[in-house]
Amino acid sequence: MNLTTINNLIDRLRGRTLTFFSKGNQWRRRIALFLAVVGPGIITSNVDNDAGGIATYTQAGSAYGYAMLWSLVPMTIALYVTMEMCSRMGVITGKGLSDLIREEFGFRSTFFVMITGFLVDLGNVVAEFAGVAAAAQIFGLSKYIAVPMAAVAVWVLVLKGTYRQVEVVFLVACVFYLSYLFSALLSHPDWMLAARMTVIPSIHVDTGYLITLTALVGTTIAPWQFFYLQASFVEKKVGPRQYPQARMDVLLGSISCMVIVFFIIICTAATLHASGLTNISDAGEAAKALIPLAGKWAALTFAFGLLNASLFAATILPLSTAHVICEGMGFEAGIDHKFREAPAFYWLYTILIVVGAGIVMIPNVPLWKIFIFSQVGNGVWLPIVVIFILLLVNRKDLMGEHTNTLLFNVVAWVTAIFMILLTFVLVGQGIYQWAHGVG
Amino acid sequence: MARGRNGLRVFCFLGREEKKRKKLTTEGTEGPQSSQRRVTQEHSHEWLCYGRKEGEMLFATELVGASAYDSQEHFVGRVREFFVEPAEQPNRISHFLISRGRFQPLVARYDQVSKVAPGRIDLNVSERALDAYKPNEGWLAVQKDLLDQQIIDTKGRKVVRVNDVDLSEMRTNEHVELRIAQVDVGLPGAFRRLLQGIAPSAMVRKLQGKLPQRSIRWEFVNLIEPDPLRRVKLRITHEKLEDLHPADLAEMMEELSAAERQGIIASLDEETAAKVLAELDERLTTQIVERMDPEKAADILEEMAPDAAADLLADLPKETSDELLEEMPNLEAEEVRELLSYDSATAGGMMNTEFAYVSEASSREEVLGWLRKQEFNLEQLDTIVLVDAHAQFSGTVPMARMLLAAPEQLMSELKTEPLVSITPDASEKDVFELFDKYNLRMLTVIDEEKRPIGTVTVDDVVSRLVNA
Repeated sequence: MNLTTINNLIDRLRGRTLTFFSKGNQWRRRIALFLAVVGPGIITSNVDNDAGGIATYTQAGSAYGYAMLWSLVPMTIALYVTMEMCSRMGVITGKGLSDLIREEFGFRSTFFVMITGFLVDLGNVVAEFAGVAAAAQIFGLSKYIAVPMAAVAVWVLVLKGTYRQVEVVFLVACVFYLSYLFSALLSHPDWMLAARMTVIPSIHVDTGYLITLTALVGTTIAPWQFFYLQASFVEKKVGPRQYPQARMDVLLGSISCMVIVFFIIICTAATLHASGLTNISDAGEAAKALIPLAGKWAALTFAFGLLNASLFAATILPLSTAHVICEGMGFEAGIDHKFREAPAFYWLYTILIVVGAGIVMIPNVPLWKIFIFSQVGNGVWLPIVVIFILLLVNRKDLMGEHTNTLLFNVVAWVTAIFMILLTFVLVGQGIYQWAHGVG
Repeated sequence: MARGRNGLRVFCFLGREEKKRKKLTTEGTEGPQSSQRRVTQEHSHEWLCYGRKEGEMLFATELVGASAYDSQEHFVGRVREFFVEPAEQPNRISHFLISRGRFQPLVARYDQVSKVAPGRIDLNVSERALDAYKPNEGWLAVQKDLLDQQIIDTKGRKVVRVNDVDLSEMRTNEHVELRIAQVDVGLPGAFRRLLQGIAPSAMVRKLQGKLPQRSIRWEFVNLIEPDPLRRVKLRITHEKLEDLHPADLAEMMEELSAAERQGIIASLDEETAAKVLAELDERLTTQIVERMDPEKAADILEEMAPDAAADLLADLPKETSDELLEEMPNLEAEEVRELLSYDSATAGGMMNTEFAYVSEASSREEVLGWLRKQEFNLEQLDTIVLVDAHAQFSGTVPMARMLLAAPEQLMSELKTEPLVSITPDASEKDVFELFDKYNLRMLTVIDEEKRPIGTVTVDDVVSRLVNA
């Protein structure tokens, strides 16, 4: 099947759904309007559950069982609040986040954002390809075959696909996250306990617990996602009239992201934690440990989820970085353009993938150093980006009547300050680990 | 604009188009903007200058924060912004904004400046002679509106952003004028922006000389610039935009942000705006019209062909479209309302109510004479509709056949067989089939009394088929 056929298929499917919906009553029409916008929010928030994320959730579940589930509710709110501001800016101004930072804060700030963005994201891309390697190992495939294959696949997808095609592929990847639902079902968790622990906070004052909690927040809200989210709303040409749909997209995304986290945590809590395996730090390790505990299928679905998540994130992270730099410099950017129309964009994308996949392929490379580096980098980058967002979204000359309301501002600033404090902890911990050489 | 019976509407396109064509041929070689449709990919960056410019330049970055001293060598304040007054002189820095901490900021006019050097500006008047700063809509702020802004090429693609603005000095007896020579889009500008205020200015100047230059001459910068309300207007002549074919302009606009689109439409005259809107993507069109001042929107709609206007209004919310129809002159509004009453998938929804019809008893010469006086829109003259003595539809005459006919030949002798027409409630599929079967270029729509009420032309059919 070549791209034209796929294109036609998508066209026909969309056309059919849209005419079906638009011919019908009020509700059908509303759904059709929503379908035209849906994508960026759901995709961006699901990519948060990348290889690093899954590792962190596994750690949380295996070490503390159900005890961390309560944090998912405030995290959903934080995720929604921060992402909603970006989607609003994209929809109202029609410009990317990096565009706005350059135009409103000048070259120096943008330069800092671009350089940190590039380095941090490169670290993250390495982590994603390491995730591909770990998942491939469980399926019995060598990383020297799996990683180059994955790199070529994600490269071709973005290079040859149009925005719409790529978005469809991403949305399908989002559906594959449901494999964690099956892993959770197959591991027979205590649903009542899980439900209770989600609603009732249980706070332990113990260093390990706090560090894991911090990592949980740090991995879920990452700075690169704001750039990607805003850029894709802009590339999709979603206008102010479609803002309600865009907001719904972001809300659904934040919730679905957290539902997946919920399943991962209860899966590992019901198996690893219940059988005393509390020292698992890696998603691949977790999948292997699942085999004797919950059966081969639970392990395989878990590993499949990891593979899907890693591939997905290995596509989006370089895209986000390319957007950050191209918008900042004013170069043409976007999946809809051809290579020769947006050379800087595609070269950046290519370099990030080649270098990211290349580092994973080096035998005996100390990957943990790269992970800590990108974690610390995220921590340094996040507060700055969030403060930029909050300053920009409250600018009357940019946003008109769409600036934050007082209540929203209070929630957003509290979230921002809380996140900033948490990431400081994370940065401190990373530096400590680096200095003492513990992986 | 003249108006005939039965909603016959006439534009004066002919003269205008000829003028434009002439302009293109004479100016075609002057600059890339005037010949952009012929510029190929390899040449589209020919306005970029590489290599060092002769003579020393001053850079906007070096002057931001410069200390200003008055004629008695007293410190006045620091320069925070420069303004250009495009209406007066498109490249001269006309005003300097001098801030004085908690005191009211002052403005120095260009003829009050006697010396300019990096980090220092000397005035030839005393501090008391300076005016207090008042924001001015007509001024272009170099820092706010030019630095860091996006540059797009003539095809609407993003190219790069403005890193710095290069200024050249013009000395006269009493004062120094600064002229914008070019905008820096290369590494030296970026380097300066990064290090200004951190490293010594002399060192920055020395090091940047080693970097490759890349800049755009000011004459080629056609500024699309946001005003405080975030609408965008063009400060400098927008002739260049209007020289573009409406379809090209529409394509370029699709790449821009909503605010920029709004600005471009606002800057165009109604006739051009109408043509551009007709070419734009439906979704964008409704977005633009909804954000527009209703009066202006109604003026643009008036310029559009009634069928295009009806299509546009059909996509708008009911209140908005009603409001716009209120604003339009009664006759036009009635026409559009009538078209709106037809389902868009019928012949009535496709037809255009502007068309030429003549009596079948008139001679070829009479008709041509009448047509010459009317100044019709050329697309509408492909085929002429004939009516009989009861004003009922009696046939059509293609223009080509009229050209070849003898002057005194009657129109009734020239009409094409068979007599094809359609009622407004017929489905669009029927229309397509008729066009296909009889190889039509135009199909007449008639009412119950067999009176012609509109025509469907082949371009309407093609765009329907393409979008289907």
